[in-house]
Amino acid sequence: MAKVLMKGNEAIGEAAMRAGLDAFFGYPITPQSELPEYLSREMPARGKVFVQAESEVAAINMIYGAAGAGARVMTSSSSPGIALKQEGITYIAGSELPCVICSVGRSGPGLGGIQPGQADYYQATKGGGNGDYHLLVYAPANIQEMCDMIMEAFDKADYYRNPVMILADGMIGQMMEPVEFKELKKEREVPAWATTGTEGKRAPNIINSLYLNPEDLEEHNIHLTKKYDEMKEKEEQWEEYNLENAEVICIAYGTTSRIVKNAIETLKDEGINVGLIRPKTLWPFPEKAFKEYPKTAKAILVVEMSTGQMITDVRAFNEGRLPVYFYGRSGGMIPTPEAVVAELRKIIEGGK
Amino acid sequence: MAIVYERSKGLTNAETHYCPGCTHGIAHKLVAESLVELGVLDKAVGVAPVGCSVLAYNYFNCDMQEAAHGRAPAVATGIKRVRPDNIVFSYQGDGDLASIGTAEIVHAAHRSENITVIFINNAIYGMTGGQMAPTTLLGQKTTTSQNGRQLEGQGAPIRIAELLSQVPGAKSVERVSLHNTQNIRKAKQAILKAFKNQIDGKGFSIVECLSTCPTNWGKSPVDAMKWLEENMIPYYPLGVFRTPEEEI
Repeated sequence: MAKVLMKGNEAIGEAAMRAGLDAFFGYPITPQSELPEYLSREMPARGKVFVQAESEVAAINMIYGAAGAGARVMTSSSSPGIALKQEGITYIAGSELPCVICSVGRSGPGLGGIQPGQADYYQATKGGGNGDYHLLVYAPANIQEMCDMIMEAFDKADYYRNPVMILADGMIGQMMEPVEFKELKKEREVPAWATTGTEGKRAPNIINSLYLNPEDLEEHNIHLTKKYDEMKEKEEQWEEYNLENAEVICIAYGTTSRIVKNAIETLKDEGINVGLIRPKTLWPFPEKAFKEYPKTAKAILVVEMSTGQMITDVRAFNEGRLPVYFYGRSGGMIPTPEAVVAELRKIIEGGK
Repeated sequence: MAIVYERSKGLTNAETHYCPGCTHGIAHKLVAESLVELGVLDKAVGVAPVGCSVLAYNYFNCDMQEAAHGRAPAVATGIKRVRPDNIVFSYQGDGDLASIGTAEIVHAAHRSENITVIFINNAIYGMTGGQMAPTTLLGQKTTTSQNGRQLEGQGAPIRIAELLSQVPGAKSVERVSLHNTQNIRKAKQAILKAFKNQIDGKGFSIVECLSTCPTNWGKSPVDAMKWLEENMIPYYPLGVFRTPEEEI
């Protein structure tokens, strides 16, 4: 299929529909509103369900109901809206239901601002709802990758019976890029555990996250942990860029990784080698990428559009081997390649 | 020997956790019998609330989902929209529906989701131990209104049937009571009608069932029934507030 030029938010919707999306439940919020707008037109036209809920809270609980009834479902929002969805997200994880949640990040805290941000790393990777649960979290850096990740996300959600999040930022949601949509490989079957009515042929199916007996709840948590361990084993994804002979290793994801790549190219022209490890999954964090550094590496620079969140995980997996520096802009300010170059020079020239 | 009465096929054999004299058991029975009599038990998907009836998913003999507190109408919306051929109902108490879940119930009614809502109003929080509900009567003592509910600061008890009867999408709104046999028979007819509406695609139906909570009211089951009749019905009048035939 030929490439088409599309806005990020609309491309999310198209990719989800190509992945067999049965129903979308959402609520408007900048900078992701083009997604529900697009789906409000396209889903009914393709015989599918679109509902604008009364709130993010209601939308995520509609997702719970529809996922529990065996449908392939998605919701989307942005930072404060994702905060509102946390109640439903932990119920969905606890009840082991599959769904995809698109988070098109803006800046915070509170109502914050509507410009792009990456200050929802903790929100996405460290929970937000109550209890021991995790989301599988993808962090796309361009629209093509985002569309590919969305199609993958639905299958992973089914496989693990767990919510999967696509953590984009307002930059990716709002920009236009050429994209090619893949076609769905095979039709999805309605899961046997779904509440579709017994038809008198089986015992009732129950969707539930309540375990009043502590022994049962601990057993449930151990079962969930095994799934998360399997995700850590199988799902870590990252990109390595110019790592060979790198003096400094940059760590950045999403939009920021593209800015870092520009900085790397600038320095390369001067004969200075800087590399990049770009996490493509934020949970599980690509721990394996940190097993061994190039021998030339003297330091790590974490670049984020926040005041420093992913750096916590980088420090954990670096285990004190290299000094870890940070450069971040927040509040909707975007780091420039020049500023990243300046930070890198400071590190390389020992000025830091 | 001919069987003259038996447990509804719409209920499982599980022993319920409800207190002696609690009317949840009656309401469960009426819902279960209605599903069986209308021949839709095999197609039914129920949504249980948070509250005393949180374990309703163990008692109804059909597919069930357990919702977060107050969110049952949103969960039911999700189910019904993707499975329009199923019969979807929520079963909610007054803390769940009339307090934390007011947005969800009002908007499910506004959209006229083709679902059936069974609303149990016993004027108190049961599961958490007798706290004030939005439906607690003025002067009624609870663990969080120990001097009796006051108009000032705590407001008047919320009348859900009257409130929803103002919503165009709420196609069928009825209030019944479970305090004696005569009224239980009327309640059964109301619940049957609320499910029949859904089968016929008429849109949102709700039956508010005035109920007792002997344990948290501090009364014997018989006194509780009497208290309901003498105190709740004057404030929460019984009757049909909306029918699908009446447009507003």
